[in-house]
Amino acid sequence: MQTANLLPLVLVIAMVAYALAYMRSRSVAAPLGGIRNLKALPFYYAARAALWCAIPALIILGAWAGFEGKVIQNMVISSLPSESVPQTPGEASLVLSQISNVAAGKLDPNFVPAEIVGAADLLGQLRAQSSQFKTTLVLLIALLGGTFAWTRVKPHINARENVERTLRWIFFVCAAVAILTTVGIVFSVIFETVRFFGKVPITEFLFGTSWSPQTALRADQVGADGAFGIIPLFTGTLLISFIALAVSVPVGLLSAVYLSEYATKPMRATLKPMLEMLAGVPTVVYGFFAALTVAPFIRDLAEGIGLEASSQSALAAGLVMGIMIIPFVSSLSDDVINAVPQNLRDGSLALGATQSETMKNVIFPAALPGIMGGILLAASRAIGETMIVVMAAGLAAHLTANPLDSVTTVTVQIVTLLTGDQEFDSAKTLAAFALGMMLFIVTLLLNVVALKIVRKYREQYD
Amino acid sequence: MTDQRSQAEIVRQSLKKRYRKEKRFRFYGIAAIAVALMSLVILFTDIIGKGYTGFIKTTITLEVPLDGEAMYLDDPTDKDQVSMADFQAPVLAALQQYFPEVTERADQRELSRLVGSYASNQVRDLLEGNPQLLGTTQTMEFLVHDTVSVYVKHADNPAYSIRLTEQQQAWVDELVGKGVVETSFNDVFFSRGDSREPSNAGILGAIIGSVLTMVVTLVIAFPVGVAAAVYLEEFAPQNKFTDFIEVNINNLAAVPSIIFGLLGLAVFIGLFGMPRSVPVVGGLVLALMTLPTIIISSRAAIKSVPPSIREAAEGIGASKMQVVLHHVVPLAMPGMMTGSIIGMAQALGETAPLLLIGMVAFIVEVPDGFFSSATVLPVQIYLWASSAEQGFVELASAGIMILLTFMITMNALAIWLRKRLERRW
Repeated sequence: MQTANLLPLVLVIAMVAYALAYMRSRSVAAPLGGIRNLKALPFYYAARAALWCAIPALIILGAWAGFEGKVIQNMVISSLPSESVPQTPGEASLVLSQISNVAAGKLDPNFVPAEIVGAADLLGQLRAQSSQFKTTLVLLIALLGGTFAWTRVKPHINARENVERTLRWIFFVCAAVAILTTVGIVFSVIFETVRFFGKVPITEFLFGTSWSPQTALRADQVGADGAFGIIPLFTGTLLISFIALAVSVPVGLLSAVYLSEYATKPMRATLKPMLEMLAGVPTVVYGFFAALTVAPFIRDLAEGIGLEASSQSALAAGLVMGIMIIPFVSSLSDDVINAVPQNLRDGSLALGATQSETMKNVIFPAALPGIMGGILLAASRAIGETMIVVMAAGLAAHLTANPLDSVTTVTVQIVTLLTGDQEFDSAKTLAAFALGMMLFIVTLLLNVVALKIVRKYREQYD
Repeated sequence: MTDQRSQAEIVRQSLKKRYRKEKRFRFYGIAAIAVALMSLVILFTDIIGKGYTGFIKTTITLEVPLDGEAMYLDDPTDKDQVSMADFQAPVLAALQQYFPEVTERADQRELSRLVGSYASNQVRDLLEGNPQLLGTTQTMEFLVHDTVSVYVKHADNPAYSIRLTEQQQAWVDELVGKGVVETSFNDVFFSRGDSREPSNAGILGAIIGSVLTMVVTLVIAFPVGVAAAVYLEEFAPQNKFTDFIEVNINNLAAVPSIIFGLLGLAVFIGLFGMPRSVPVVGGLVLALMTLPTIIISSRAAIKSVPPSIREAAEGIGASKMQVVLHHVVPLAMPGMMTGSIIGMAQALGETAPLLLIGMVAFIVEVPDGFFSSATVLPVQIYLWASSAEQGFVELASAGIMILLTFMITMNALAIWLRKRLERRW
């Protein structure tokens, strides 16, 4: 039976267990003189039965569904005669897709070698067997769990404590998903990165000044001929991020100052949500805007004053990214400015300083560390932003500081390397994971430092 | 005394300058806000200006002579004949009724290019469905080719006519003048999946894909996020491990979304062998991405429930879990839902991680389940925006308008919920 059908079935069994245990707890309680003589309410006996029924069965089901495919694949591969066992992972995926296409009837068995047809038959058999096993096992465990809990409906057992402890564990596991996600991210990039550094030396990667992963496509050509230098990607990323910050920091900061110090309450109440709308616009929309409106505009403008501009300029991507980050900077600075104690303000104003002098000489220095933290967070956003640069910045890795030239960024390269069909093992694909690792480390460092600064600053005034 | 007076004098003299500075500073603030709002306005007008034509389709109504001889077809029920027959011929013949002077082969080809390439399929389907129509003349409505469509919709803008020859422009102008070529509301756009030809492409597939993906995201992220928030606020002991969880959540909230795409590619597709480009994997990845947002806002909602409620419940003998499940969580629910809707709106607009797990594939069929290949709204917009045809650009902006409508609705719902249900203590 399919996992998708098995899941509701298990839930139905759990519901039945719930109802039966509920009735049994009442009938157990009746001769004792009502449910007050039970250690827990009937609801808890019933809930316990449902949990016993569902949780073990669902764990088995999840594990089975997760690893079924891989195990069957390996069994099929190892059943192949030794001369046709694929040597490289690339061949393996080719053979596997052939086998599964034959098994699914998409590929005519007459067009492929006999051992593939045999393997396809085996695949079909294994799938059917696995499905049978899974169904039997899961249903059996659900029924056993339910029956066990049903027999344990006894007045002296405190079912409430059992249920509450289980729920606590479930809550804990949910909280631990955050850790699992981090671990998952780290491991998914680390393994591929290590394999990548097996093909391309790490010094090449970090200090090379030329990036052209296309050259590694041919199998007879090793990627280690200087094609994987990350420097142009880094300078490209920095250039675009710098332009973005040059737009968003002054605009965001000044609007935050105005909103928190000058604006009347109703003005603030209307302007702030409007600013935040900028943050809610999806990045693909900004990408569209940058690629189809801003970039041609900038090119025409530059040509109008006699400069040469690429149709995909760093300036266009950076400008639009800056617009996107404005609300981010402004709401962070707003928080920080509001956290400066009122008596600093009052003291300065009482000495006769104007509001702008108070702002510039008292509040701003006091808020500076917090603002710096905010800017670092904004920088990490800019570095990790993908869609705008994918659509509006180029693909060619130029080592340049000219904002009218086209540059490429780390995120753009990750996307271009991983979209389209590559084998999972080429240096090209692995390079994307190495880039992802660099991106993860850099943004993580920026975030940790920024959060530390912001927190320290907050403690100072609390 | 003289000293003091001169001091006051100095202050008075500098006052003007200082007030001017004050004014200038205030002006900078207003200018900054104006810049931000202006870019918002420009963004929206640009997209609406580019995209409103996406909601218009251009059709051509022709009297099509279904002449068997011209099509090399005498029995529409015969599959072999149908596969060999020339269904373009009657369309061209119908067009030639308006332009009998076109006899050159090259000119004829140009003329028949005015009609979309699906026209011949339409003729074939009609005949296969109703074989008795062979030999009659039928009135049929076709979509025009997308270059013609763009030309008709932007008749006043010469930039949109470059893909047509002058001869073709003259033909189109005449057909429009005769009322043969007409524009109407683009129902095709709302009822089909993607297509290679802009006038035949629709957004329904992407909308359904987005809905399926969002369902998966919601079903996973909301319960897990709320449970995690409850654990961290109510049950977690004060220790290093709890701190570690919190640090992780805060960092995950700031990890670039594309990294989650790498995670999905390596773990869900690579390790677990899940299929590419299906809503389930997309939903899982987006769920992991939105989880921190939901946890953080749910924790804030739980924190805002006053201690008096907890104390009262504990006072009459409720266990800790009962206090939480019967009182705290229901009272915090509006806040949790608001945070989740905002998180979901973010997830709806997310593109980058979905590119990596293969949701960029060109998919014509409207997806029919969580395990069928699909694309989502923002990815569809990206695909159209990077296509060369002018017709796709207007579709991309029309798609953006639909995406933004969804997002604005969701955010409005969140604000309404907050106003309506949230209690001030």
